[in-house]
This record gives sequence, structure tokens and C-alpha cells, in this order.
Amino acid sequence: MPFHFANVLLFTVTAIGFVFLSLFGGKFLRPNNPTPNKSLIYECGEKPIGQAWYNFNPRFYLIALVFVIFEVEIAFMYPVASVYKSFIDHGQGLLAFAEIFLFVAILAVGLAYVWAMGDLEWVKGLKQDVMKAHQAQQSAAIMAKKAA
Amino acid sequence: MQAFLDSLIRGWGHDPQTWVWTQLIYVAFMGLFSFAVINFAAVTAGIFSWAERRVAGRMQSRVGPNRAGPGGFYQWIADAVKLLTKEDLVPTEADQFLFRIAPYFMMVGFACVFVALPFSHRLVIAEMNVGVFYIIAVTALIVVGIIMSGWSSNSKWSLFGAIRSAAQIISYEIPAGMALMIPVLLSGTLSTQGIIRAQGPWPWEWYIFHDPASFAAFFIYFISALAEGNRTPFDLPEAESELVSGYNTEYSGMRFSYFFLVEWGNMWVMSALATTMFLGGWQVPFLPVTDAADKIAMLSGGWTVLAELASIAIFTFKTLFFVFIVMWLRWTLPRIRVDQMMNMCWKYLVPVSFAAVLFVAGWMLVIHAVPALDWIMRIVLTAGGAITLVMFWLRTLQNIKDTGDKFDFTSNW
Amino acid sequence: MEAVLFYIFAIGVVVAGAQVVLRRNPIYGAVSLVACFFFLAGIYVLLSAHLIAILQVMVYAGAVMVLFVFVIMLLNLKEEELGEMHVTTMKGIGLAAVLVLVGFIAWKALTPVQFARDMAVNEQIHGFGGVKAVGNVLYRSSVLPFEVTSLLLLVAVVSAVVIAKGKI
Repeated sequence: MPFHFANVLLFTVTAIGFVFLSLFGGKFLRPNNPTPNKSLIYECGEKPIGQAWYNFNPRFYLIALVFVIFEVEIAFMYPVASVYKSFIDHGQGLLAFAEIFLFVAILAVGLAYVWAMGDLEWVKGLKQDVMKAHQAQQSAAIMAKKAA
Repeated sequence: MQAFLDSLIRGWGHDPQTWVWTQLIYVAFMGLFSFAVINFAAVTAGIFSWAERRVAGRMQSRVGPNRAGPGGFYQWIADAVKLLTKEDLVPTEADQFLFRIAPYFMMVGFACVFVALPFSHRLVIAEMNVGVFYIIAVTALIVVGIIMSGWSSNSKWSLFGAIRSAAQIISYEIPAGMALMIPVLLSGTLSTQGIIRAQGPWPWEWYIFHDPASFAAFFIYFISALAEGNRTPFDLPEAESELVSGYNTEYSGMRFSYFFLVEWGNMWVMSALATTMFLGGWQVPFLPVTDAADKIAMLSGGWTVLAELASIAIFTFKTLFFVFIVMWLRWTLPRIRVDQMMNMCWKYLVPVSFAAVLFVAGWMLVIHAVPALDWIMRIVLTAGGAITLVMFWLRTLQNIKDTGDKFDFTSNW
Repeated sequence: MEAVLFYIFAIGVVVAGAQVVLRRNPIYGAVSLVACFFFLAGIYVLLSAHLIAILQVMVYAGAVMVLFVFVIMLLNLKEEELGEMHVTTMKGIGLAAVLVLVGFIAWKALTPVQFARDMAVNEQIHGFGGVKAVGNVLYRSSVLPFEVTSLLLLVAVVSAVVIAKGKI
């Protein structure tokens, strides 16, 4: 078994060496005369405005959170899955099945909850925002009318 | 591979257990093998890029690259030379360190998959007892590379592409992981070679036709792998009509080529994994009937060599067939929207993959009690699959006849 | 051979870990964390804890890292907002605590212990640290913790949604 993981290390080293050597060797083959215009960030021909490092939508964050939890579930399931067959062969299959079923069923409740709360809807936030903005606009217009 | 090296050392008249230089020989040979495998991956990626353009040309009634060499085959070499000699630009506004280091992450994540990926009956770098699990784990490195490249570019397109890509890859990792769990359940091992050994050469012995849930799992895996490899119809991260080129927009020359290489090389990885897990891998038919699990090892003399070659050919054929299907899908399906992509994953694939795992676990109990049901189910599913294929074939022939389409191998090829 | 690898990995863990704390740019911190996890996975492999090593890469380097990066991008701290580096009493206390801890560990580590050999034997006999060994344990003696973990994950999903809802 150490042999197998030593291979992983070797592959890592070889892959890094492969990239490094081809980049380093290419250095002697390729031209290198950067100009300020060449070194600009591409923004469809315009000069780039500001930096790209901006705040983005929190729904990505929610997806990542849910993903981490299900990834942990998969991590727990694999060891169990790999011995399930031997349990069946030893006549303890029903017990093992009950365990797997319970584990998956409880997590399925979690998925159902996220689904029911509408957090799997990708465009829902946008719709809500538009609705809210619309309502605010209308109420502002009514207020303005009243004031007039 | 360890066994092979051990026999080599024994051939030199030493005992691998006690010989001082054993580890050095291991490192030297495995270093050589790793170099060979990475080059194999790079070359297949190059050839796929040519093949894809030819397939695209054929599907869209145009020619595709046909100037360099027979059928334009040397096109990919010309492309490689061009990429090597192109100026390597690093934007001044970019984060210099992360920008330069991102391709390394991509390549390491890609190359490490090949450690556990089999090529034939004997050709596998390391028969890990954690094989499948390991493959799922190391592909995570590619996400790190994508996020780093997108963030460090300091380009809006790159960042959009990287975030989309990260969200897509992590979402589809769940159904892919659950779908790959089904062969593990059925075979009771995580080793890729062990899973192939647990199957047989004939379609009704493959896991895809084992039961309805594993049939569904194969498609879940295939769709998820498409999404994880950023292939059409899931190429949102590099949607050229919206995001220029996604996370690799700012990369040029050789540095760009690694992203390209990983994407095309991934076609081999995902197809080979599908072949391994669901389609019987390298299993060779018509071998003499024995009780041994490893039938090829039971042969003798020239038959062994023949069987080994046949196992390479069968595995490569199955893999290339799926590579072709991936290309076919790319030129058939339009790109889907972000919300459709997320819905597809979380509302369809994830619940179905959960149900599939539970169904297979239950079905294994049933067939343990009534073994006859196992064979009935396999034969029914295989027959269903065969009938579908035949009907598809007839329909295609009919279409070709109706449209008068013909392929001319003599001119313009 | 193993000792050499161990020292390479250990130095990697320490350097990368220090980078996580010392780097001002949070993205660099996250990337150093990934590097740290990889070296740590290497050490787990040397300890023949193969399952843990793979979980380390899969869950931490793959999943948690993406989450961290998303959070960092969500908050989007600018270089200017971080303020100047100051030497404060808190930092002094922190440094002293680190030194004490390192000294304690070094003292413990220098006391010779003989268990590495037993573990190597264990691995050969029972597949110690492998996936199947853990699976057997999860089925046989740790059924309740295993199911409770599932409940814990359910709680995590629900709380993630509730907290995120409050913010969005």
C-alpha cells in the first residue's frame, strides 16, 4: 500500500515537472515583448474599469454549504458501501440495509427541507427583488400622490 | 505494477524484499511510467482536439481541419507547436503568483487520477484498495485550480467563469459520487480493478444492466461527468458567447494549453471511469470456463499475450466510444441556462441518485434471497437495451435514406 | 525513506500553516490552507490512515476550501480595509502561548515511544486504517454514532439555510 501512495507523490512531482519544463523550455522558443496594451486585462476592447474582485451573490455560498454537507455524507457512505456485500453474505443484510436506509432517509429530509424553503431555486431571489422593488416604487408613487 | 517490478528484480537475481536498491528501482521505473502516462494523456488530449473538430465538421456539413497530414491528423501537432512558441502574457493587473501557479494545480489534479485508472487487465499504475474514492478526491484539485485561475486573472469574465464553474462542479460532485457508489455496493470493493473483475465480458454481466437503478446510475454519472468536465451542454463556465472564455480568458500560449489539455484529457478520464464502473472494463469474452476470478491469469503461453492485448483493445474501444458520444452531445445539444443546470442537479439527479442507492441496496437483499430474479432482471434489461439500440439504428438508417446524406471519403477528407 | 518524506511533509505543513496566519490576503490564506491539507494528507498516508488521508483531500481541500473561497469573495475584504500591522499585547500573549505549546510538544516528542512497529503489523493483519476496516466498525460497534452523524448533518443543513436566509 505505501507503494501505491508513493506513486501519487511521483505523479504529482512529474506533473509539476512537466508543466515547469515545458514552460521553461518554451521560454527559449517564444517571443517576449510585452507592451502596456498587451498586458491589459481583456474587457472587450475597452480599457478595464476597476478591479474584478467584487462581492458576489450569496446564493453561491448557500450552494457551497449544502454541498459540503452532502460531501460529508458521501464520505461516510463509501466505507459503509464497500462492506455492504460482505454483510449480506454473512446474513446480516437486513440490519445493514436498515442502517443505510436510515442514514440516507435522514439526509433526504435535509434535501427536502432545502427544497421546500425554496433555496434550490436559482432565480427566485431575483424575482423577489424585482417584486420588492416594484412594490416600493408603487407605494412611493402612492405616497407622492397623497402628499400632492 | 509492483508485482511487475518485483518480477523484474527477481529476473536480475535479487530478492525484492531484501535488496538494497529495490526502492530506487521502484522510483526510477515508476517515474518513467508516470512520465509516459502524462505524455499519453497529453497526446490523447491533442488527438481528441483534432477528432472533435473533424466530428464537428462532419456533423455540421463542413470539412474541418484537413490540410496538415492525412485527414488533417497532424493538425494537433501544429497546434501544440503554435502554443509552445506563442508569447506568454501575464496581465500586469493580475495576481502574479497565483496566476502562474494555477496551471500546476490543474495538471496535478488531472495527472493523479491516472494512478488508479486502469488501462487493461495488467496495465494499471497502482491497484489501490481505495481506488474510486481516491479518484473522486483528487479531481477536487481541478476546482482549486479553476478558482485560482479565475480569481487571480482580475478579469470580470474570468471571475464569473470561475465562480460558475466551481458552483457547477461541486453541485454535480454529489450525484456523481452517489452514482459511483452503486458499483461499489454491488462489487463490495473500492478498487477499480476489483470492480471490473466483479463484472463479466458480456453485457448482461455488466453493472449497467444489473438492475433499473444501476441503469439510471450510469446515466446520472455520465451527465454529472459531463458537467464536471465543463463539457457542452454544461459549458456555462466558458460560454464563449457570454463570458469570452471563462476562467482561462487571460491565459495565453503554453499556460493556456494546460487548461485546454485538462479539459480534453478529462474526456478520456470520464469515459474510462464509466467503462470501468458500469461497462465491464477490459473483460475479455470467450475465455475458458474456470472458477477463478482472474481468467486471464489462468491461460498459458501465447494465449496470455493475446488475451492481454485483447483486454487493452476492448477497454480502449469502449472508452473511445464514449469519447465519441461526448463529442456527439457537444454538437447536438445547446447550452443550458444556469438555473436549469442547478435545477437539473439538485432537483432531479441528487434525489434520483439517493433513491438509486437505496434501491440497489434493497435489490441486493432480494437477489440474495431469490438468485433467479437476478438473472431475469439482467436479461430483461439487456434485451431492452439491445432493442433500443436496434430501433435507434433503424431510425438512423431511415433518416439517412430520407435525406440522401452520404459521406465521401475520397474528396475533401 | 519514510523519515525523509515525513520531514518534507511536516515542514510543508508548518510553513503552509504559518502562511495561513501570516498572509494578509485572505485568498492566499485559503490557498495556503489547501497546501497545508495536502501535506497533512501525506502524513496521514505515512501513518497508514488511508481513509483519513483521502477524506482530508476530498472534504477539506475540495469542499471546505470552495466554501472558504466563496465566503472570502462574499465578504471581499480590500487591502486598504485591513489596516496597518500593529504589535499589541494580545499578539505578544499569542506568541508566548505558541512558544509554550511548541516547547511542550517538542519535549513530548523527544521522549521515545515504541508504537510505530505495532501499527505496521496491525496494518498488514487487519487492513488497519483502510476503508473496509472503517466500514466494518461503522456497521458493528458504532451504529448509533453513525446514525447520529446523519442527524447532525441534517441539523447542519437546516441551520445553514436558516442562517443564510437571515443574511440574504
